[in-house]
Amino acid sequence: MFRAVLRLSSSGVRSVVKARPAYSAPLASRSFSHGKVETDEEFDARWVTYFSKPDIDAWELKKGMNTLIGYDLVPEAKILDSALRACRRLDDLASAIRILEAVKDKSGPHKDIYPYLIQELGPTLAELGISTPEQLGIDKL
Amino acid sequence: ARVMLCRAALGRVGLWRGLCSSSRLQGQTGSELVDCTVTPYLCRLDTPLSDVPYVRDLTNEQRALKEKEKGDWGKLTKEEKLALYRLAHKQSYCEMRQGSSEWKTVLGGVFFMLGFSGLLVWWQRVYVFGEVPHTLSPEWIEKQTQRMIDMQVNPIQGFSVYWDYEKKQWK
Repeated sequence: MFRAVLRLSSSGVRSVVKARPAYSAPLASRSFSHGKVETDEEFDARWVTYFSKPDIDAWELKKGMNTLIGYDLVPEAKILDSALRACRRLDDLASAIRILEAVKDKSGPHKDIYPYLIQELGPTLAELGISTPEQLGIDKL
Repeated sequence: ARVMLCRAALGRVGLWRGLCSSSRLQGQTGSELVDCTVTPYLCRLDTPLSDVPYVRDLTNEQRALKEKEKGDWGKLTKEEKLALYRLAHKQSYCEMRQGSSEWKTVLGGVFFMLGFSGLLVWWQRVYVFGEVPHTLSPEWIEKQTQRMIDMQVNPIQGFSVYWDYEKKQWK
């Protein structure tokens, strides 16, 4: 459905949730003279697999999440879904809420990304019983 | 004796701590020593999940809440969820992003010091400096200027260019 790509920086483009088609750019990437460039789908799949590990431990969750937030993109809903489920396996509600906050912060000026993600993650949030930061009131001071 | 008086006046807080105007320090109680052998809690926008939770030593109530966290999250009340969040994190993203008004203090302080320096310079001008050399008196300047015109100082790009030699006045 949302297969369009958003150029967030000049260094490259990864899988990203995008709202405004005006930013649509060809799938640009760093030009390697060697090696294969990873596609968006491969990137997504890799991260979904990472968080889907059944016996993921707390360190791996933190490392994965911190690394993912370090990238120049907003993670796709399926990656976040996988991460939230990992939080559930680790009995870590605080991290689940934090992930939602981080993703909203990561969207920066693109205010329509976060509502879209919450909408996509709605069933998962309901199933796992995760409250959004808005529901808890921590999105405001 | 003076140090002891100050200590008594400021309570537990040391002299310099008390003088420090930073409001951040005013709220601190307990030991200010940080154990550098344990991983610190980091609250950063770019690191959503810190290595360690903010509150490490849990009371019995908090421990019970942690046990409840292992069950169905749908059964937790809003306050319990908030409590769990606050156990793990010191500040929410919103709180982290919030700025302070410190810049107003800084700017005000800078202007105040500049103003004070201005006053000192003014006093110095009035009470310390002697008379200005006689070569800066109006009569001398007049004669000097006339001489410069007579010599045609800088006739192409400055000074004498602006003097009209026919009409004997400035252009």
